[in-house]
This record gives sequence, C-alpha cells and structure tokens, in this order.
Amino acid sequence: MAHVNQDHVSPAILAEVKPATLARPILVENNRSFNWVTEKICGIIEGKTPTWWWIMFAVCGFLASFTVGNLIYLVTTGVGVWGLANPVNWGWAIVNFVFWIGIGHAGTLISAILCLLRQKWRTSINRAAEAMTIFAVVCAGIFPVFHVGRVWFAVLPGYLFPVPNANGIWPNFRSPLEWDVFAVSTYGTVSVLFWYIGLIPDLAILRDRFFAKGNKIKSAIYGFFAMGWRGSNRHWSNYEMAYLVLAGISTPLVLSVHTIVSFDFAVSLIPGWHTTIFPPYFVAGAIFSGFGMVLTLMLPLRAIFRLEDLITQYHIDCMCKIVLATGTIVGYAYGMEFFIAWYGANPYEGFAFVNRAFGHYAWAYWIMITCNVITPQFFWFKKIRANIGFVWILSIFVNVGMWFERFVITITSLARDYLPSSWGYYSPTAVDIMTYFGTFGIFGVLFLLFIRFLPIMPMAEIKAVMPQADVHGGHNKH
Amino acid sequence: MAATLYGLIARFDSAPEIYHAAEIVRDAGFKNWDCITPFPVHGLDGAMGVKRSNVPKFSILGGITGFTTGMSLIWFTGAFDYKLIVGGKPYFSPLFAFPIAYELTILFTAFATIAGMFILNWLPQHYHPTLKSEQIIRGLDDTFYVVIEARDPKFDLARVKNLLGEAGAKEISELEA
Repeated sequence: MAHVNQDHVSPAILAEVKPATLARPILVENNRSFNWVTEKICGIIEGKTPTWWWIMFAVCGFLASFTVGNLIYLVTTGVGVWGLANPVNWGWAIVNFVFWIGIGHAGTLISAILCLLRQKWRTSINRAAEAMTIFAVVCAGIFPVFHVGRVWFAVLPGYLFPVPNANGIWPNFRSPLEWDVFAVSTYGTVSVLFWYIGLIPDLAILRDRFFAKGNKIKSAIYGFFAMGWRGSNRHWSNYEMAYLVLAGISTPLVLSVHTIVSFDFAVSLIPGWHTTIFPPYFVAGAIFSGFGMVLTLMLPLRAIFRLEDLITQYHIDCMCKIVLATGTIVGYAYGMEFFIAWYGANPYEGFAFVNRAFGHYAWAYWIMITCNVITPQFFWFKKIRANIGFVWILSIFVNVGMWFERFVITITSLARDYLPSSWGYYSPTAVDIMTYFGTFGIFGVLFLLFIRFLPIMPMAEIKAVMPQADVHGGHNKH
Repeated sequence: MAATLYGLIARFDSAPEIYHAAEIVRDAGFKNWDCITPFPVHGLDGAMGVKRSNVPKFSILGGITGFTTGMSLIWFTGAFDYKLIVGGKPYFSPLFAFPIAYELTILFTAFATIAGMFILNWLPQHYHPTLKSEQIIRGLDDTFYVVIEARDPKFDLARVKNLLGEAGAKEISELEA
C-alpha cells in the first residue's frame, strides 16, 4: 500500500474544537508479547489431542452418518423419500440450504466487510469464522445437489452446471435457480481462496516450528501449503494488496449471494414471496444467523483453550451488537412485509401474511418472532452481554429462529397459494429430519478437524494490531 | 566446495528498530535487500522504498475476463448454439445475463488476484537461502531481520556489516546460498 507521510499537519480547527482523545479498545489483553501469541495458537495444534476432542469427533461422526446414510437411501430409492408433495414442492431441502448458506455469511462479513471498515477486532475471530463459512457452504451444497435425485445429473449434463443435456439444450439462464448455481459455487470457491491466502503466513510458522522439533513429515506437509513463505516485506506488500482486493470483491460477493438466494423466491409469483424487500431482508437475516453461529462456536472455544486475552469482552460486545442490529433489521422487515401486504391491497398477499401469523403454521411463525425479534433485544444491556453463558444460550435461539424463518417463508406460502382446492399441509419425513440433523455432524467433523490441525486465529494479523506493532512506538495517533 | 555467500542477515528486536534500519539501508542506496517480518509492518513499505503493488493490474484483467466470459457464455448458449424461446423473452439480454456475469467477474478476479500475488512474489519457492537460516523461525514469530544480498552492486562485506551495526542490529551473521 502507498506510504503515508507520517508527519501529520494538524488542521487549525483542531485547536479550537479540542477533540476528545478516545481510548482505543485493547484487542489483546494483559500486554502479551508477539511470542505469546505464537505459542498460544501453535500450542493448540502441537499439544496432545484432548479427550473431549475425540468424544466430540465420535459424536459428530455418528451424527454425520445420518446424512450420509439417508442420502444413499435417497439416491437408491428416489426423491419420494422426502416429504415433498403438491402443493408444497419445496420443503426442508431448500429451508436447510438457505439456513446453511446464511450461516456462512457472517464469516465473509467478518473477513471482508469488517476488513474494509478497518474494524480491527475482526482479527481474532476471522479465521474460525471463515472456516465456519466454508463448512456451512459444504452443508448447504448437499441439498441442491441431492434434490435432483439422480445426483450424477447435477454435474453431468444438464441440471445445474452449464452443459447441454441429451437434446443439446442448455440450462435456462433466465432462472434465478441457475444464478444460484453460479453464486453459491463462486462463493464457496472465493471463500476457500480467501481463507487459504490468510493461512499461508501461519502455515509457514508451523512449518518452521515442526522442523525445529524434528518432525519432518508435519513440517513438509505444512511447508507444502505454506508455499515457501518467508515473511519478506516485499512479499507482504503484494500479499496485503491481494488481501485488500479479495476483501473488496468478497464484499459485493457476499451481498449478491443472499440476494440471489432471495431471488429464488422473489422472482416467482407466489404470494408472500413476490416482494422487493427480500434481498436486503435476506442479507440482514443471513448475517444475523451467521453471527449467532459465530458466537455459538467461539464462546466454547474461548473457554476451552483459555483465549480470553484474544477474544476479549470487547469482541463479544461487538458481536452481540451486530446480532442486535441485524436482528432488529429482520424484525423491521417482518413488520414491513405486513404493512406492504395491507397497503398493496392484494387480497392474496394479505391472506398469505394473516395466514402465516394465525394459520396452520402459526406455531412456526411465533417461534420465529420470539427467537429473531425478541432474543436480540437482550443485547441492549451490557450486563447481559457480559454474561457469557446467557449470550451463548441466546445465540442458539438465533440459530433456531433463523431456521424457522426460512421454514415459514417457504412452507406457508406454498401450502396456501391461490387455489384453495389444492391447499395442503406439509410434514417432513424421517428421512428429511435425519438428513438435516446429520449436516450438523458433518459441520462438526469439519470444524473439529480445523481446530485440531490449523491455527484457529490468524497470528500475523493479530500481531499487526498489537500496540508493539506500531513503528512509532504507539505515540503517533493516526 | 566452499559455500558461496548469499548475503548478510541482521537481527532487530522491535518494529520501530526495523523501521529505522530500513530507512538507513534504503538511503544507503541498496537495491537487492529485504526485511523479514512476522507480520506486515505498517509503513515499512515506505521506509524500504517499495513501490505500490502491481497485484490490482492482475485483478482488473481477471475481472474483465470474467465479465466477458459470463456474458458470452449466455449469449452463446441461448442466442447462438441452441436458440430456444423461453417465456417469449429475447434470446439474449444483458439484463438476465447480469447476475451470472457478475458472479464470474468476482470469481475470475479472485483467481487472478491470487495468481498475481504468487507471480509477483515468485512463490511457491520452497528453497531459499533465508529459509535455511536457523534464525528464520523467529523471523516469523517475534523478531525482525534485514537481509542484504551479496549480489547488490554496492555490497561490500565490511562496509555492510558496519552499516547494519550503525543501524542498531543486535546480531549480524552471514547467509550461505
């Protein structure tokens, strides 16, 4: 990046207005050294595998087998094993897909948008949040790929990827579902690339540390992926620019992904779906649910690995406030949907919303309202944000609420559309349920492997925001 | 065969120290030299005289390629290879092609940016004299180094040692190629 002249000339106005000097929040507590950060983060990988890790791994592996087994059953039997039937032809599969994709959005928000906004507190949580993004996209991708039944058609000609089918016809690029294929696959790929670029300097540290300990095999594996990184400042210069460009393009990417996901609904003509509020409402909901999941994952990690100096109360406050802000946007969107349904004077639209709140699925609607609108309001209070156990429980409510939001949107509109003679009530089958809960196992297995083998925090980035990193000894305010 | 000299490596213990040392080495007119730091030190590029990175040039090329690919893919499939009327709409319009072109712009930009970073940094490079140094492990942890290469036209062992000593180096050693 361009060198900024350090000799600041203070504007004359400053002498008159006497601006208050605000204390900068401390991002690493207890005045830790650079070496302490390295030892702490590398120590997690270099230490013995903890017993709890094996127990959790076994539990998650068992849970993951539910998804695997039920998908095998689906492919060998047919999509009829899911509870889809007229008029509800979109059931849990799309609900789960949108749920998982939404979870991923917080990771990209932290790594890209907060990077552009220079929110330095992002450094200690971004690695784990990006990992969460990638694993959430993996879980999300299962559903659109397997909903075609004969999965080989998802890749081979011509359901998803632009390959002509047996009659030489190409996929329909006017369809938001086809846009979704590109949006989600781009999102997954760019997230992996961004994550990997961030990992390179940290992998180099592990390479050298394992080499010094004489563990040549591990050193070679980490070294292979570290690409021969040697901390050269000429490299850092290009690296930082690449990181900035990636943050710059990931920002419109993450906003576009959930926008396009919302187009799956908004571009149709179903009452309750055909609304222009969907893109911003979905993006806010995605970030809301994603931060819920970040809190659900990071608070236990912080406690287990004693990371209180790196994930401070300030970090937790920031995350809670984002949950509060996005949750309130979501609550506003719920209200605005009702207003527009009434103001638009379309009887079908009006019915769709009254039916959501008071129809057959009212139970789901009120779970959604409770979890998504009421839960985040607790975060107005500093005392509640400081109560880690309570914050963790609230974060679970956020996750549950956002799953129900997608359920309410998808199912209520389809079960009660224009033609009363075709109204129905949708229930998932055991296969639906087991496939969905199994994805938490898949997510868990991947996340456990991540915390065992990769540095859970970006050491280089954390060091760069510590006070010792300032070349002017911390005296120069800029 | 005796090992040839790659250069000199000098240790500094803090970010302000390496910053001032870099300014001194830059002003002495060296070209083939580098700083080894555990994290990107803010302002060190200027102290070293490193110019603004060229990575964005790769990015913009990638972006243009991606956008063109998206638009032409949809034009080719719908308006050229197999014309099919869908919903009475035109065979091709940049409007419905836009979301996919947009996503591909981002995808190709990401690949080009990363490729650009690797090319400009000449990575992967698993062998490098600096990596052979036993000190490098600390260079990625909490210590800072200046490396001046022997191939620099101004390189003179005694003078460079002197210069680095004056710059405040805690320890100076020779690196073999």
